[in-house]
Amino acid sequence: MTSKSFSLSPRRSFGETLRKEAWWIYPLFVFLGLGAFVVYSTWAAFQAEHYRFGPYLSPFYSPELLGSEHAWFGAKPAWIPDWLPFSPAFLILWAPAGFRLTCYYYRGAYYKAFWADPPSCAVGEPRSSYRGERKFPLILQNVHRYFLYLALVFLIFLLHDVWEALWFVNPSTGGTEFGIGVGTIILAANVFFLGGYTLGCHSLRHLIGGSVDEISKFKLRWDGYRCVTCLNNRHMVWAWCSLFVVGFSDVYVRLCSMGIWTDWRIL
Amino acid sequence: MKTARFKLWRGERGEGDFVEYETKITEGMVVLDAVLQIQAEQANDLACRWNCKAGKCGSCSAEVNGMPKLMCMTRLNSLPMDKPVTVEPMRAFPSIRDLATDVSWNYGVKEKIRPFAPREPDAEDGTWRMSQKDVDRVQEFRKCIECFLCQDVCHVLRDHHMHEDFIGPRFLVYAAALEMHPLDTDDRLKDLKDDSNIGLCNITKCCTKVCPEHITITDNAIIPLKERVVDEFYDPVKKFLKLFRRK
Ligand code: SF4
Ligand code: SF4
Ligand code: FES
Ligand code: FES
Repeated sequence: MTSKSFSLSPRRSFGETLRKEAWWIYPLFVFLGLGAFVVYSTWAAFQAEHYRFGPYLSPFYSPELLGSEHAWFGAKPAWIPDWLPFSPAFLILWAPAGFRLTCYYYRGAYYKAFWADPPSCAVGEPRSSYRGERKFPLILQNVHRYFLYLALVFLIFLLHDVWEALWFVNPSTGGTEFGIGVGTIILAANVFFLGGYTLGCHSLRHLIGGSVDEISKFKLRWDGYRCVTCLNNRHMVWAWCSLFVVGFSDVYVRLCSMGIWTDWRIL
Repeated sequence: MKTARFKLWRGERGEGDFVEYETKITEGMVVLDAVLQIQAEQANDLACRWNCKAGKCGSCSAEVNGMPKLMCMTRLNSLPMDKPVTVEPMRAFPSIRDLATDVSWNYGVKEKIRPFAPREPDAEDGTWRMSQKDVDRVQEFRKCIECFLCQDVCHVLRDHHMHEDFIGPRFLVYAAALEMHPLDTDDRLKDLKDDSNIGLCNITKCCTKVCPEHITITDNAIIPLKERVVDEFYDPVKKFLKLFRRK
């Protein structure tokens, strides 16, 4: 690179700025929002109970690979010692967590809110050293596209959960019947927002058309690129809405299962 | 007519301080108007660059109330006037005098980026054919007026002073305009990874926030380039598939 043979004004100290507006509101909101989600989802993952209610399955526990009698591969295997904390959520939650952790939007947001690098635009930083995403460990963020592939598969599982949430057991006959409960709508909203977030991913945008210079030669890819771009323009909004709804879906199923909330049947 | 207070940075080669001025302001005035009025009436030796007064030449870049802005496009009624308005030179470049900075480092950076390398002309008369869809994507990048406000706000340059390692958002936009161009044949990805150090950008989007041309720098230029660099250097599956394609 071009050599720097000049001197600059000294670095501003941490938090120092001439900005007059409340620049700290946005990073504070991100800190509280993401912090609350991480604390709640970790707590919820450790519970290993109250994640099913009627036909509903909490998205934190979907797909359930091992655990209850509904799990794909049956109950928790005997060889897992009892002293080891186990929850069906541990087996799967790393995938959506990794997807969000490596998401371009969240990265920019948490570097500011949790690492103050920078705390906000044109505001002094706490550290003078900087490695960026060029070296270990943050170079690993480049794995994002692989988490995207997993997230797309998860989207199908969650869609299947919505389908399952349409079939309720009739207590008088013991058979299943079609129905829609508030929980069904919440799980469907979760897929809607998660879909808007996942399908607006920057890596998907690249995969579908961003990597091609002469995209006009590929009609389908061009159409796909436009759709992904349209969602990508509001990626931040989708990211927050989907985060809130996925958290709320777990709260809803949990509280219904604990008997604190009643699930209203609409149909 | 109202009176407003301004704190202008006065000094030379980084040595100096803010000096407070009071001046009359009228409706519709921008920061540059006030600065030029102070220059005309109270501080004839104040150094300040400007040319077009229309947000198109990119010379009046400065930091107004701590944020990089074009002075000619910042209306006074968009600022809180109960406190003095601070105007200082861009901090990511060396100070020359008062509000003027030396931005010549940028010109050196630009020279090092591989230039446009179009394919052979499509027609015998030496012209090319391009689809509107393909040029639409890079069109946005051509709006850049080289005000260098994005360079100024970028913490890699501003706070970490990594001018030797990082080309900054302006030139990532420039590289994107060339790299994504439908006619271009050159490959700048290795340069972007190793010399321009695109990995130093941590996508915190301050560049996008300050761009007076509203270029979506991070989402449309930097992230797509980062993804191309991943394709080429960090994606094992892509690398594996490429082995077969070459054969
Ligand atoms: S997004 Fe990247 S280039 Fe833009 S200001 Fe932030 S670190 Fe600098
Ligand atoms: S990209 Fe925008 S902010 Fe950066 S130099 Fe160009 S016009 Fe100025
Ligand atoms: S960039 Fe946000 S999900 Fe991929
Ligand atoms: S004077 Fe030309 S951009 Fe401000």
